[in-house]
Amino acid sequence: MSPNPAELTSVVGGVGTSPHRPDAILKVRGEFAYASDLWHEDMIWGATLRSPHPHARIVSIDLSDALLVPGVHAVLTHEDVPGRNIYGLERADQPVLAEDVVRYQGEPVALVAADHPETALRAMKRIKVGYEVLTPVVDMESALGDTPLHPGGNLVRHVPIRRGDPDARAAVVVTGRYEVGMQDQAFLGPESGLAVPAEDGGVDLYVATQWLHVDQAQVATALGLPPALVRLTLSGVGGAFGGREDLSMQVHACLLALRTGKPTKMVYNREESFYGHVHRHPAVLHYEHGADRDGKLVHVKARIYLDGGAYASSTPAVVANAATLGVGPYVVDNVSIDAWGVYTNNPPCGAMRGFGAVQAAFAYESQMDRLAEALGMDPVDLRIANAMSEGSAMPTGQVVDSAAPVARLLELVRDKPLPPTGTDLLDLPGGVANTTHGEGVVRGVGYAVGIKNIGFSEGYDDYSTARVRLQVVGGEPVALAHTAACEVGQGLVTIVQQIVRTELGVTRVTVLPMDTSIGSAGSTSASRQTYVTGGAVRAACAAVKARLAELAAGRHVDDLAALLGDEVVDETAEWRHRPTEPIDPVTGQGNAHVQYGFAAHRAVVDVDVELGLVKVVELDCAQDVGRALNPQAVLGQIQGGTAQGLGLAVMEEIRTTGGVVRNPSFTDYLIPTALDMPPMRIDVLELADPNAPYGLRGVGEPPTISSTPAVVAAIRAATGRALNRVPVRPEHITSTERPRGAPA
Amino acid sequence: MRVNVTVNGVPRRADDVWEGESLLFVLRERLGLPGAKNACEQGECGSCTVYLDGVPVCACLVAAGQAEGREVRTVEGLADGGALDPVQEAFIEAGAVQCGFCTPGLVVAAHDLLARVPDPSDPEIREALAGNLCRCTGYEKILDAVRLAARRARS
Ligand code: FES
Ligand code: FES
Repeated sequence: MSPNPAELTSVVGGVGTSPHRPDAILKVRGEFAYASDLWHEDMIWGATLRSPHPHARIVSIDLSDALLVPGVHAVLTHEDVPGRNIYGLERADQPVLAEDVVRYQGEPVALVAADHPETALRAMKRIKVGYEVLTPVVDMESALGDTPLHPGGNLVRHVPIRRGDPDARAAVVVTGRYEVGMQDQAFLGPESGLAVPAEDGGVDLYVATQWLHVDQAQVATALGLPPALVRLTLSGVGGAFGGREDLSMQVHACLLALRTGKPTKMVYNREESFYGHVHRHPAVLHYEHGADRDGKLVHVKARIYLDGGAYASSTPAVVANAATLGVGPYVVDNVSIDAWGVYTNNPPCGAMRGFGAVQAAFAYESQMDRLAEALGMDPVDLRIANAMSEGSAMPTGQVVDSAAPVARLLELVRDKPLPPTGTDLLDLPGGVANTTHGEGVVRGVGYAVGIKNIGFSEGYDDYSTARVRLQVVGGEPVALAHTAACEVGQGLVTIVQQIVRTELGVTRVTVLPMDTSIGSAGSTSASRQTYVTGGAVRAACAAVKARLAELAAGRHVDDLAALLGDEVVDETAEWRHRPTEPIDPVTGQGNAHVQYGFAAHRAVVDVDVELGLVKVVELDCAQDVGRALNPQAVLGQIQGGTAQGLGLAVMEEIRTTGGVVRNPSFTDYLIPTALDMPPMRIDVLELADPNAPYGLRGVGEPPTISSTPAVVAAIRAATGRALNRVPVRPEHITSTERPRGAPA
Repeated sequence: MRVNVTVNGVPRRADDVWEGESLLFVLRERLGLPGAKNACEQGECGSCTVYLDGVPVCACLVAAGQAEGREVRTVEGLADGGALDPVQEAFIEAGAVQCGFCTPGLVVAAHDLLARVPDPSDPEIREALAGNLCRCTGYEKILDAVRLAARRARS
């Protein structure tokens, strides 16, 4: 017997419904164990000494005073790294602890373990490091010709895209230079973890991360241990957004634990968190768009610079995204794009929600508005006239082979009624600061649409592993699901339960803790986990069902519990999405991506044009999600992703001077509050992708991409300013000078 | 030093407290109550919000010694045993919890708001929660949760 499909769809809490999260009760009661909540008998605390300089040679390190501090258990430097002192997500170029040179402010130089976090900090301050300060390389556009920071020079990756006629001529041409500031993921749960030395000479690490297996491999290499002796278990993760894809304290805590023989906990504070993870790449983007008089795009040319900072992290993939998605969701026959990711002495940059597509979208959507103005066309009409659809070719030549409802998404946000003018003080720019009662306030409306690749691209073997076990407990069939897929807040644990319920028709599903005792699930990034781990869970369920069919052969049982009896069915499956291809290194042509996601936003803003203050009044979104496996969680992703895009538009930027971070705190790095986020009206389309499990489309990133340019377009509409840089600050609105790079 | 404080109705004592420790540190690391969170430890995020003598405070900004002899109520003490406070229930039902790191602080802040203003307007909710950062949700579902809890309390 295998459960009948008609029953499956009706199972309580299955796919397409919004059951409560299995961790929700613990979370609202304050009982969910985040990485920073971990505790162990006998535990000691680790701390990290970091470079104060963005670029310096290390001349000497003197640990003697630090070692004298009572309560200190260990003080370590690069000499204490037993394995390879170099690691990296895509390219090993970053030391676990700096050796002869530091390449960014905040680079780890030494570690301390002590019995109290304060003792560790005091000892840390007694470590004497002699530095010979070097001139930092900080300008991404000139970095390629500057002092080489790594043996191979300062180029991390160059991706060219060439399609059509390079000399195509257009009746109307607009150009622009755009800048995107360095955004931070600003997840609330600081980097933390607990490393426990094991009797077998290995270590158990409990940590908040996005990808257990890639951490495991890097930690094992640095420790000089076989991976089997480095066991990772996911502890509670307080948000991630890309910022936990690279290592932070993982190797450090393990080094201290193995050296002292004591469980070692490390928790970053907020300032250290700003130094402890990679950020969104700042970018400079030069664009030229050409169109005929009817607004049909003829060509797009672009030169895109992405500042990777001191180490490569995921810069190569970010560069590929910026290039391959560089014209946006539009049909353009003639494309010439070059994107460069470079090394500098700025903070390292890597993954953040939107991953290269965010930077490009700010530029191409700004260009679409500029083009509409030059043509005297409505900006939404211009976009619709050029919108791609199913069957369109990307600049890489890849044909988009499932729904691409770009025009419809734009129509949906455009056709909503506009909000009334606010009456409450809180509705106005400046809010309760009481800076205006409406005088000097101008309303603006702006639109944007964006495109994102879902999943890992360019031929990467992108798979996940899931194990599903089914047995009778207390007379009832109960399923257990196990993966290594990191739950970072998005709700994958709920999705896994829903899939098992739907596939097996059982209501009781337990999700085991995620760890490295099972095969890799890949990264919780690229909007891919519901797709790929969801696919693996479904495949494991299919194997369970096949086993049930064997059990049922020749018998007549119409009840799952009776069929199972004492039998325990336990199946593991590995599942991968359809393969992708590398892109050609000269032309950028190739079927690089698995799936594309699209979202559109309309922003309505009120701007106090005298003070430069912006109030986003409403931020509506339309997105195609293929199939909403959990409609409530889908809305949560759209709302949260939109908020991060709003943050980049008007407030969020890590500001640096000569490579030194000037605002590593929530006092000076602002993220949207409940007063900054406006209400949202959301349209969710469900146009199934036949290639994906249940027809789903990755959800997490597209809303972050279009919200930034929509908000800026609205501010432009209100102020008439060019606003070529995000985040837009008050002085950009009030300044009497023409912003740099604005058209003459 | 030694700190005596009543936490969630129970008299507690913490020994060997260093003068520089915050109430947040004492709750989390010495009294086994990690519910209040540590997202910034600078008074900017609200993740550490607890009641101190009935008034919501950022526990990271309260020196441990300042709590001597006073009453603290944390998110762990909002409901008895296995029960949930209506605000906690509403957060679950509205989908206001993603990573949940902001949740304990927001639950306490919303609990306090509804105790003072049973039927808050949207601007009042936003204003009351403006000191509590959430990076995951965009606040929409947190507002839904507060509205839901208020509506339930009225009916
Ligand atoms: S941890 Fe206390 S306000 Fe942020
Ligand atoms: S749910 Fe993650 S910070 Fe609010």
